[in-house]
Amino acid sequence: MSGYIGKILRVDLSSKTVKTEDLDLKLAQKFIGGRGLGTKMLMDEVDPGVDALSPDNKLIFMTGPLTGTNTPTGGRYMVITKSPLTGTVACSNSGGYWGPELKFAGYDGIIIEGKAAAPVYINIVDDKVEIRDASHLWGKVVSETTTVLENEHGEKVKVATIGPAGENLSRIAAVMNDRGRAAGRSGVGAVMGSKNLKAIVVKGSGKVEVADADKLKEVFSVCMKKIKENGVTGQGLPTYGTAVLVNIINENGVFPTNNFQQATFDKAEEISGETLAEKYLKKKDPCFRCPIACGRYCEVDDIKGAGPEYETIWAFGSDCGVSDLGGVIKANYWCNEMGVDTISAGATIAAAMELYEKGYLKNEDLGDGPELKWGNTDAIVEWTKRMGSADGLGAKLAQGSYRLCEMFGAPELSMTVKKQELPAYDPRGIQGHGVQYATSNRGGCHVRGYMISPEILGLPEKLDRFSLEGKPAWAKIFQDFTAAIDASGLCLFTSFAMGAEDYAGLMNAVCGTKMTGEDFVQSGERIWNLEKVYNLKAGIDSAQDTLPKRLLNEPIPEGPSKGWVHKLSELLPIYYELRGWDANGIPTTDKLKELGL
Amino acid sequence: MKIKVRLFATLRDGRGKEVEVERGESFSTLDILEELKIRREEVALFLINGRDGSFETQLSEGDVVSLFPPVGGG
Repeated sequence: MSGYIGKILRVDLSSKTVKTEDLDLKLAQKFIGGRGLGTKMLMDEVDPGVDALSPDNKLIFMTGPLTGTNTPTGGRYMVITKSPLTGTVACSNSGGYWGPELKFAGYDGIIIEGKAAAPVYINIVDDKVEIRDASHLWGKVVSETTTVLENEHGEKVKVATIGPAGENLSRIAAVMNDRGRAAGRSGVGAVMGSKNLKAIVVKGSGKVEVADADKLKEVFSVCMKKIKENGVTGQGLPTYGTAVLVNIINENGVFPTNNFQQATFDKAEEISGETLAEKYLKKKDPCFRCPIACGRYCEVDDIKGAGPEYETIWAFGSDCGVSDLGGVIKANYWCNEMGVDTISAGATIAAAMELYEKGYLKNEDLGDGPELKWGNTDAIVEWTKRMGSADGLGAKLAQGSYRLCEMFGAPELSMTVKKQELPAYDPRGIQGHGVQYATSNRGGCHVRGYMISPEILGLPEKLDRFSLEGKPAWAKIFQDFTAAIDASGLCLFTSFAMGAEDYAGLMNAVCGTKMTGEDFVQSGERIWNLEKVYNLKAGIDSAQDTLPKRLLNEPIPEGPSKGWVHKLSELLPIYYELRGWDANGIPTTDKLKELGL
Repeated sequence: MKIKVRLFATLRDGRGKEVEVERGESFSTLDILEELKIRREEVALFLINGRDGSFETQLSEGDVVSLFPPVGGG
């Protein structure tokens, strides 16, 4: 078998049994791999109505056929499960080195079932798989857990682990790998914690077979040329990382500030990518076989580590009114150590700050914690730590913005879609991006279909960000294309430079298939519809395809996007129609049949 | 007429974060590029008062022009 390894590892933590199963190649090819194949397995094996934190939920780690191959950025893996945050399907994607190592050990993915009686970790060395006692690791932060496991099993092992946040069942907990990389969103770390599974250690000595090595060399060099010559992947991201967006998004007046109450931040320069590079950047921190190397490694005082990314700088920075970039780096560090999603953590603190400003959350709720005032650096750092350790109000923050605001009687202050925190772009001034937010199958998210690319960055062409025309169609194609790229095991950032034919070319060379670019995108559409069907069965209907009321009703008060609200009601019916769904946003039988679902 | 120009990322090298360009009665973003010795292909994105414009748009007193090299992320 080429591209795919052909083996899936199944670990039942309740009965402490491990078995290896053959991969169904036809099924794998139909859903590509990763996000697609993992969702298909979840659909087949887990009742969508299951309590996400019960032993009946399953946690699926899945690579793509291009993971671990000599393709640009071929190093991604995904964690698929039912989300305890949104109640939808969760699929969180991570880079680093863990995913390729899993394939070198001889597996396309791992399905984890049941719940261990006491904390355990899984140790994989090729075909030797053990479930081991993790009592000495439980309670430890991510870097310490990783170091202990490296000391026990050798420096070259790759470790995916949860931090205290996952152990404490924080609904915004991440699965961390290679210390600073995160399968961050939708609370996948809490599912791992609910199974008493602390970590998965992997060491592999094999390799991924390739169908046509000469063809791969040829397609690889075409793709590399495009990546190097593209301004974003060849110059912008390598030089400044993602943080360079701070100034661009702020200059456009769509940089959410103080929990989306404003859309420009007057101190954006102080938290910008330019300032990060000048004051705090120590080195680049690239993932497996990545020619882009957007990853940053920063240092402030006695703290050093991966990040921060643009989204993180926004969440802890302008969204909390904080202009102290050193403080943002510290909050980011504690997210990585506690194993909590940076977007959700920062956005939840921002919501808490608005609850405090408006008097819903009072001084007595703070205990001895710092005041939740806009701009308070101590608050973002300390409350992130307490979120991880579920200490006092931190335990409530750890449930995410929606549940926090509901607990304090003001759910309308939660800037979430399907209970997941929105990221760093105000959709009132970027109409297509808002459609994408509202219809995302995992709730508030920018990487289900990155409409910022055409609407702000002008890639592949510049669209008027306020115009409604054509936006549902753009959102649909971006969503489908993204789903296919995720499933392949490549990084979404390659799509700034590469087109559908390029991905199909890599797939064909690696897997020996005869896919066209159109087939590749259609596989993405199949994945999108499968996710939608899972969500509908889980009771997440299209009434939840919406945006927070603030974004629909309250015009942006200042800046270049002043006066705009999001016009979702005009766009959503067109989107449903283009998707081949009925007026209630339910895929028609004909559409599902067309996609072979 | 004076126009405030805000520069970002690599376009700041040797020029600073913000400069004022002063010329006769009427000029456009293209004239600004000439004044600042920035090649047109170095600019991937630009905004006039935070909104999309064209290189040829004639600017007015008080306008702010923001210039970006190719950048992206997410």
